[in-house]
Amino acid sequence: MFQFIFRRLSLVIPTFIGITLLTFTLIRLIPGDPIDVMAGERGVSAERHAELSAQLGFDKPLYIQYFRYVTGVLQGDLGNSLVTKEPVMSEFLTLFPATIELATCAAIFAILIGLPAGIFAAVKRGTIVDHSVMTFSLTGYSMPIFWWALLLMLVFSVNLGWTPVSGRIDVTYWIDDVTGFMLIDTFLSDEEGAFGSAVSHLILPSIVLGTIPMAVIARMTRSSMLEVLSEDYIRTARAKGIAPWRVIVIHALRNALIPVITVIGLQVGILLSGAILTETVFAWPGIGKWLIESIGRRDYPVVQGGILIVACIIIVVNLLVDITYGIVNPRIRHSR
Amino acid sequence: MTTSIEASKDNIELTAPVPMTPLQEFWHYFSSNKGALGGLIVIALIFFMALFANFIAPHSPSDQYRDALLLPPAWLEGGNWSFVLGTDDVGRDILSRLIYGSRLSIAVGIVAVTASLVMGILLGLVAGYCKGVVDTAIMRIVDIMLAMPSLLLAIAIVAILGPSIVNAALAISIVSLPHYVRLTRAATMAEMSRDYVTSSRVIGASPLRLMFVCILPNCLAPLIVQATLGFSTAILDMAALGFLGLGAQPPTPEWGSMLANALQFVQRAWWVVTFPGLMILITVLAFNLMGDGLRDALDPKLKQ
Repeated sequence: MFQFIFRRLSLVIPTFIGITLLTFTLIRLIPGDPIDVMAGERGVSAERHAELSAQLGFDKPLYIQYFRYVTGVLQGDLGNSLVTKEPVMSEFLTLFPATIELATCAAIFAILIGLPAGIFAAVKRGTIVDHSVMTFSLTGYSMPIFWWALLLMLVFSVNLGWTPVSGRIDVTYWIDDVTGFMLIDTFLSDEEGAFGSAVSHLILPSIVLGTIPMAVIARMTRSSMLEVLSEDYIRTARAKGIAPWRVIVIHALRNALIPVITVIGLQVGILLSGAILTETVFAWPGIGKWLIESIGRRDYPVVQGGILIVACIIIVVNLLVDITYGIVNPRIRHSR
Repeated sequence: MTTSIEASKDNIELTAPVPMTPLQEFWHYFSSNKGALGGLIVIALIFFMALFANFIAPHSPSDQYRDALLLPPAWLEGGNWSFVLGTDDVGRDILSRLIYGSRLSIAVGIVAVTASLVMGILLGLVAGYCKGVVDTAIMRIVDIMLAMPSLLLAIAIVAILGPSIVNAALAISIVSLPHYVRLTRAATMAEMSRDYVTSSRVIGASPLRLMFVCILPNCLAPLIVQATLGFSTAILDMAALGFLGLGAQPPTPEWGSMLANALQFVQRAWWVVTFPGLMILITVLAFNLMGDGLRDALDPKLKQ
């Protein structure tokens, strides 16, 4: 077991080095001199240029610059934003809870709808239920989610007036920032109706962000269930006279879930990149919107740092999924 | 008497059917899948629309009709049959912009898929054929690229190179590269152990001949499927970049960038918001349906 975890961990290190190399190079691919780019339209004098160059380490050879960069990254230092002068890391940490909250709700939505739909489609294979679930999931899978967001907003916020258009909470509430998670903070606060407001702001963004993962989970659950349902032990269980629901839930589902769990883990990447689009449409103050705005402002340290952190989160989650998979399924653990 | 002989002749012919050629067999399986066939028809229509946009479109995509701002679709009150799907905020015909937009989406799809297919096949063949250090190096890079969500990586590339449709297409082809590399490598490694490869090598075929003439044609099936699905990803990513203002720049009629400032019309002009997205959805769905159909038709495991 330890050998398996160790082997898997050792594969992460080169990937991490590669990601830092990538973000390190990306920022140097910007056409023109980095200091001139940072200085913007006005430009800087030659002395100031040399001073800044020494301060930021641009006068050193590339490998020393890279070494410094990685040392900084390992200590959590991602540089400062050019616009706000705040450390990138602290900006990230204040915005990240909003994205986690949104992504978690989206994932819950996706699992709550996708999993039962997939099971149902597999059990009723070939019927109208199966066909409609598969049609819906393929449509969801093909959905341009920024448009889906606009469409839902058009129907539910503008025409029906059921949900608010954007943001995390009504401006009339002032909520103390305790955890950064609006649902928890409003729950803890004494403000009347604040929790309800936070929930209503979350509904549409969660549905939008959860649509593609839901479709993927439904498809995966269906095919995994179909495979398991054709196994001999299912026939045996049925022949013994066990109730049909019990065969499906206890005998089939438990085994069918293994690949589904992997797929759910892999949705983290989809959720984080989907968050960029969803947050932009709903003006959700998370890291996706932050990244896009930073690109617009040419705030390169933020872009560089943000991409690095998101990539690292995805690597760590994939690693955890792999290890869990290895624990659940001995065949993976002992291969190779 | 004669009829019975003829009948028995018929029987003999029936018991020995002519085997289908691979192409016929493929078409037999593909056409029995209604979704895939539907997808193919829609794709054909969109290609037709893209090719003959200047004959089909009722107006120029950039002509601004100042007396027809934010006109609703023709079947609604206040609509005008000369602007079937209505007009946008500067009086451009939405239908014409959608028709011209298909050109851009299809072109970007073709360029991005071709570029990543060619690069992916080269890298995958080399990795699978050479093994060892070369293989490890290529696969490590591919793993790093796979660790990033494709849209994020594309955004990063465009942020550095500057927003334009060419850079967006470049970013999309780089981002979809890993899938082709992995598929080609896996197929190459499976083919390498086959007898026909060994015998070609014994005869004295050069590595290049082995790679491209012997092995590659036998790895094509999964690549064709992936390329079809790659088309849908390319169109979707292109639209997302356009929406974020990082792809095609206004006033280019691109489906995604047509939605970029649609947020302000959600309240008063639903047609500006609805139709471009619907086009993206239909196109992407058609490619996904066809990709699924191709996979089923080309996968020997499913045929039995």
